Amino acid sequence: MALLEVKDLGVRFTRRDASPVDAVQRVSFTLEKGKTLGIVGESGSGKSQTVMALLGLLPGNGLASGEALYAGRNLLTLSQRELNQIRGDRIGMVFQDPMTSLNPFLTVERQMTEALQLHRGVSRREARQKAIEALQRVWIPDAARRIDRYPHEFSGGMRQRVTIATALLTEPEILIADEPTTALDVTVQAQIIELLRELNRDLGTAIILITHDMGVVAGLADDVMVMYAGRTVERAGAQALFENPTHPYTRGLLDALPRIDDSDGTHDIDAPLRTIAGNPPAPGEAIEGCAFAPRCALAKERCHSTRPELEAIAGEKDGWRACLRPVGEMMEVVR
Amino acid sequence: MNTSPSTTASTANAAPRRSRSPLELAFRQFLRNRAALASLVILGIIVIACFVGPLFLTNDPAANDWGAISIPPTLLGQHWFGTDELGRDLLVRTLAGGRVSLEVGLLGTLVSGLIGVAWGATSGYIGGRTDAVMMRIVDMMYAIPYMLIAILMMTLLGRAFYLVVLTISAFSWLDMARVVRGQTLSLRTREFIDAARATGVSTPGIILRHIVPNLLGVVVVYATVTVPGIVLTESVLSFLGLGVQEPMTSWGVLINDGAQKLESMPWLLLCPAVMLCVTLYCVNFVGDGLRDALDTKER
Repeated sequence: MALLEVKDLGVRFTRRDASPVDAVQRVSFTLEKGKTLGIVGESGSGKSQTVMALLGLLPGNGLASGEALYAGRNLLTLSQRELNQIRGDRIGMVFQDPMTSLNPFLTVERQMTEALQLHRGVSRREARQKAIEALQRVWIPDAARRIDRYPHEFSGGMRQRVTIATALLTEPEILIADEPTTALDVTVQAQIIELLRELNRDLGTAIILITHDMGVVAGLADDVMVMYAGRTVERAGAQALFENPTHPYTRGLLDALPRIDDSDGTHDIDAPLRTIAGNPPAPGEAIEGCAFAPRCALAKERCHSTRPELEAIAGEKDGWRACLRPVGEMMEVVR
Repeated sequence: MNTSPSTTASTANAAPRRSRSPLELAFRQFLRNRAALASLVILGIIVIACFVGPLFLTNDPAANDWGAISIPPTLLGQHWFGTDELGRDLLVRTLAGGRVSLEVGLLGTLVSGLIGVAWGATSGYIGGRTDAVMMRIVDMMYAIPYMLIAILMMTLLGRAFYLVVLTISAFSWLDMARVVRGQTLSLRTREFIDAARATGVSTPGIILRHIVPNLLGVVVVYATVTVPGIVLTESVLSFLGLGVQEPMTSWGVLINDGAQKLESMPWLLLCPAVMLCVTLYCVNFVGDGLRDALDTKER
């Protein structure tokens, strides 16, 4: 049975002038126990808002619709009190920027033990001991001493490891990581990815990983959901998606990855970097057809007027795409 | 790995190093500010003199020395600041009055700080309709002329020390609430607040454990502006004859007395007025130094 089942999730913001903006529309996915789901998309594609909605962290003018079933309960309709029993306990979260996601005025110990004291009712001393162990698990050297330090005495990579350790203290079933590596430099990124993989393997924590970095997804995810302008454009197993992307946008994202080697002889490593021309639609812009159509090399007239719905990809297990053009045409045109 | 003596030495040094909180760092920064530090020292001397001084001086502030009436300040006798027309020693009276003024200032600031922080942080964090209602209440309070209320309270309920503090505090938390609310609004959008919410911390928990500690800097700085304001307000009330009652005295009362005898006995005005000014200047300098020290972001 699925651990988390999201059906037709929508997030609507109301602007000051009362006009609505749909940040997320009709997003559905399931997360199985111990699996990793990568949500990919560019800035403003609604990937962060999707998980914020799940945890009830939308700003005051945001409203979530649809259903998000966790342990038989709809997260979207829970009261603040009920939600507080789940978040931080069964569902942990790691934020993008470890420089700002730790409270600068509290020692690391105070911030780490908060969740344990809150959800487990353990004593401060016991919580502290567990926190030290958690820090050791994320390779913080000299954890027993460092735990009494303030966040500003840690480096960026260490802070992110602290936030991950904090989120894992209560041994949650789901860890949501919102661009956990974006604010870090490349070598530290690799460490964090490795750490997440290890935790996923050793503790069986299911992970929802939000990122705009295809490389990060490739290294970690079992399933991938690609979002564009608040909608899912493609959802498939990671391997299938990388080997055979069936949506022009996914294809464009993969082609935009810089290549540094040409081991299989198919890439011209001296060629200029590829981009996807144009910009995503502005939030709140009325779109009649496919949101990606204006930037799509494959777009036909119909794409501008008819909105594609998410449909199962023929011959692909658990593969879904939202595109009016047949899968077979993907290969030839974009290359 | 090459373990040179210097690296072992530095790790050995690092081991006992204490962890420093952001406030502690700001305090160290503050200590480097000469003017602020000097002000703090002078302020300390004045405070100690006002609270401890009268214990060591033989004169009771209300005692009359009939052998020395209306004598100007002199270092020769025992009346360094001179005496008034009833032969009361002005130094003792200035110190005793200072104690009352400072007590009013500190107590008033404490009360207004507590109310202001609680009000502002709650209003700013919860936001929306709650915020609107709470801030409109503050606006309404602003519209009430506090002097009128003070005069009413004093005339109806008598001129008692606690009433003075109460009346002043009841109106001086408004600015604090506004400042705190503004700061809370910007804190609320910081990621660590989202992180706290994602941890399942309740709203009161977030306000108390995550918002309030981050407000300390602003609150401390603003409190140093509030102290002189309240001391001054008390002086104004006393000057109008609405402050503390004889034989209790305060700087405001003394200045009021002195002003009436300005031509014959100018020292009666000068001594308490100078003390008041020096104190207010010092508090302001300290506040300035604190603001500078807390200003530098994220060291």
